[in-house]
Amino acid sequence: MELPLLHLALVGTPNSGKTSLFNALTGSRQKVANYPGVTVERKEGFFVTPLGRQVSVVDLPGTYSLRGRSPDEEITRDFVLGKATGETVPDLVLCVADSTNLRLTIRLLLELKRTGRPMILVLNMFDIAARRGITVDVERLAKELGVPVVTSIAVRKGGTADLLSLTDEISAKLAAEPGENNWRALSVAELRATQREADRIIADCVSLPARPDTWTARIDAIVLHPVGGLIVLAAILFVMFQAVFAWAQPLMELLNSGFDALGEFVHATLPAGLLQSFLQNGVISGVGSVIVFLPQIIIIFLFILLLEDFGYMARAAFLMDRIMGGAGLHGRAFIPLLSSFACAIPGIMATRVIDNKRDRLTTILIAPLMTCSARIPVYTLIISAFIPAREVWGFINLQGLVMFGLYAVGIASALAVSFLIKFFMLRDYAPAPFMLELPDYKMPRLKSIAIGVYTRAKMFLHRAGTTIFSMMVLIWFLASFPQPPAGATEPAIDFSLAAIIGKALEPLLAPVGFNWQIAVALIPGMAAREVAVAALGTVYAIEGGKEAAEQIGQVLATKWSLATALSMLAWYIFAPQCASTLAVIRRETGSWTWMAVTFGYMLVLAYAASLLTYNVAVAFGAG
Amino acid sequence: MTDIHDTRSQMPLGLAQRGYTGVIQHLSAKDAGSALSDVELESRLIELGFVEGARVEVLHEGLVGRDPIAVRVDSITIAVRRREAMAIIVA
Ligand SMILES: Nc1nc2c(ncn2[C@@H]2O[C@H](COP(=O)(O)OP(=O)(O)OP(=O)(O)O)[C@@H](O)[C@H]2O)c(=O)[nH]1
Ligand SMILES: [Mg+2]
Repeated sequence: MELPLLHLALVGTPNSGKTSLFNALTGSRQKVANYPGVTVERKEGFFVTPLGRQVSVVDLPGTYSLRGRSPDEEITRDFVLGKATGETVPDLVLCVADSTNLRLTIRLLLELKRTGRPMILVLNMFDIAARRGITVDVERLAKELGVPVVTSIAVRKGGTADLLSLTDEISAKLAAEPGENNWRALSVAELRATQREADRIIADCVSLPARPDTWTARIDAIVLHPVGGLIVLAAILFVMFQAVFAWAQPLMELLNSGFDALGEFVHATLPAGLLQSFLQNGVISGVGSVIVFLPQIIIIFLFILLLEDFGYMARAAFLMDRIMGGAGLHGRAFIPLLSSFACAIPGIMATRVIDNKRDRLTTILIAPLMTCSARIPVYTLIISAFIPAREVWGFINLQGLVMFGLYAVGIASALAVSFLIKFFMLRDYAPAPFMLELPDYKMPRLKSIAIGVYTRAKMFLHRAGTTIFSMMVLIWFLASFPQPPAGATEPAIDFSLAAIIGKALEPLLAPVGFNWQIAVALIPGMAAREVAVAALGTVYAIEGGKEAAEQIGQVLATKWSLATALSMLAWYIFAPQCASTLAVIRRETGSWTWMAVTFGYMLVLAYAASLLTYNVAVAFGAG
Repeated sequence: MTDIHDTRSQMPLGLAQRGYTGVIQHLSAKDAGSALSDVELESRLIELGFVEGARVEVLHEGLVGRDPIAVRVDSITIAVRRREAMAIIVA
């Protein structure tokens, strides 16, 4: 007889390795990193036990209790208590503990026991515990807790073997009727008593050597030094943006010449006509102009992933807490905002760790101002075309410096907007508390970094192949039709729909120095920021006709004034040019209003910033 | 009351300097002036391991107003603001 699907749930304190365990069991590649609050959604996966039992396992956000203080913790609470609509309650709860730090998990486990769900305590990270000389009397612990206990090393091959066989053993004799659910929110006195009980059990079953992780202490002495720490943080960010320019250059040039060669090959082999134009101008000039930025995207993600895996993120949050608090931001806003450098979408989702509704909303509203990786193509294209690649002060790449400046303006304006929100809308505001566990440093693991980079690169290429490609087809079509009447002397593109649309919008954008080609590029740029680069590539390629084999950067350098270029950079710091971000804001805030507010305020800022930049630049003779 | 520790005067952890070590005596959320309600603040502190008898050490301080502080509580390190740490009475 086929046994029914066994439902497991992974519950535990933040950063105890639940997602690592989930990945090990199911072979998935969910995001793992060394700071609390990585997982903010529930994720289901499937596997088969050694004895052939079909299992569904759900990974949940980490939590210190079942009280559900913030949206991510509510997800865990509702799932464990079976409150989530349409969900089955788990047959077996795997309570995952960081073995080097059992106090908080054992207390959570004592609380979980009241739900009456069958449970296993998984002592994860047992490798680290063993290295530090921590020994656990597993049998005694199981007896004291009344729950089976098993050790595991989620990140090592075969490190979950014991857990798997125990799951088989237990699932064979799971009672049809699990215990009664007696859970209710613990009072302060109960909470205290539970922690005492947990501490007593640990004192009986675990022997802790008196030495904490000395490496973490040594590194923190520098990295968390009041002054030195901020210098290190600034240096890390600075090196990151320098690297984005300096290291990526050779690879980008390689890709660029590859696409050029491909374009020329198409030009030479195909007869002149629509197909040739479509492939050369639409596909290769358009999509190709975005794909060349892959090396930069990889470098920025590599930096972020390394910092996340090493355990630096929580430290950065510590260093930035007061500075961000001055702008009225919640201390836990730092990590979501930093993830927004990669992409605002996961950043906005990560705000679920913020318990206070208004703090969370403020963070969501400013997250899109953080310079996401989709802006990199736009910035790089314009910077390489207009800013000379000089060294300043002997060692700093000027282009990298400008890039750094653009990021800095993004951050500064996010802080300013947050300050204004607090100042005008939330006058009665009292600063929210900041309490964050600072995990021990861990050596970044090559495999997870490689997987992380690979996943992002794949996503980027996937977007290039879908969103960007389809937008390019649209732009190519608009820029190519209708065809000019016979005997026309003006460039063919002047008769096209794109020119008609762009010229209709031009008066609106002329004050900020944008020509009609930019106006056309901004519209598909709503689908994704980097599309604007591709759209410019296509429009100028079609306009340029046969000799348009030049790279888009060189074209811009001859067609735009410096003032226009700077104005475009200013525009992209602020403009709400991303439909998916707006959709996520609508979902996470549950309101169209806040989506509209975000769109509106960013658009106003973008226009104002461009207007200012353009006019100042023109006044200085850069028009 | 002959233990040396008891002769040390009690004070809130929020006033402690870097390098301070001590033992938690009790929690007193109403003195902290936190944005959280007393019950909520106490619950959260306990959930992070700040219970009576736990050893604490102030490891690091921030730059502005020497805030926040990184506190070693038994086997883990927690970052808190001094305002919330005022609720933790140590000696
Ligand atoms: N050495 C070692 N490291 C581990 C083990 N399990 C997890 N890690 C590391 O611990 C960190 C946290 O792992 P995650 O799986 O993200 O933890 P989580 O419980 O899902 O965290 P949240 O989603 O934030 O609640 C990562 O850096 C992992 O690489 C283990 O068994 N041994
Ligand atoms: Mg996780």
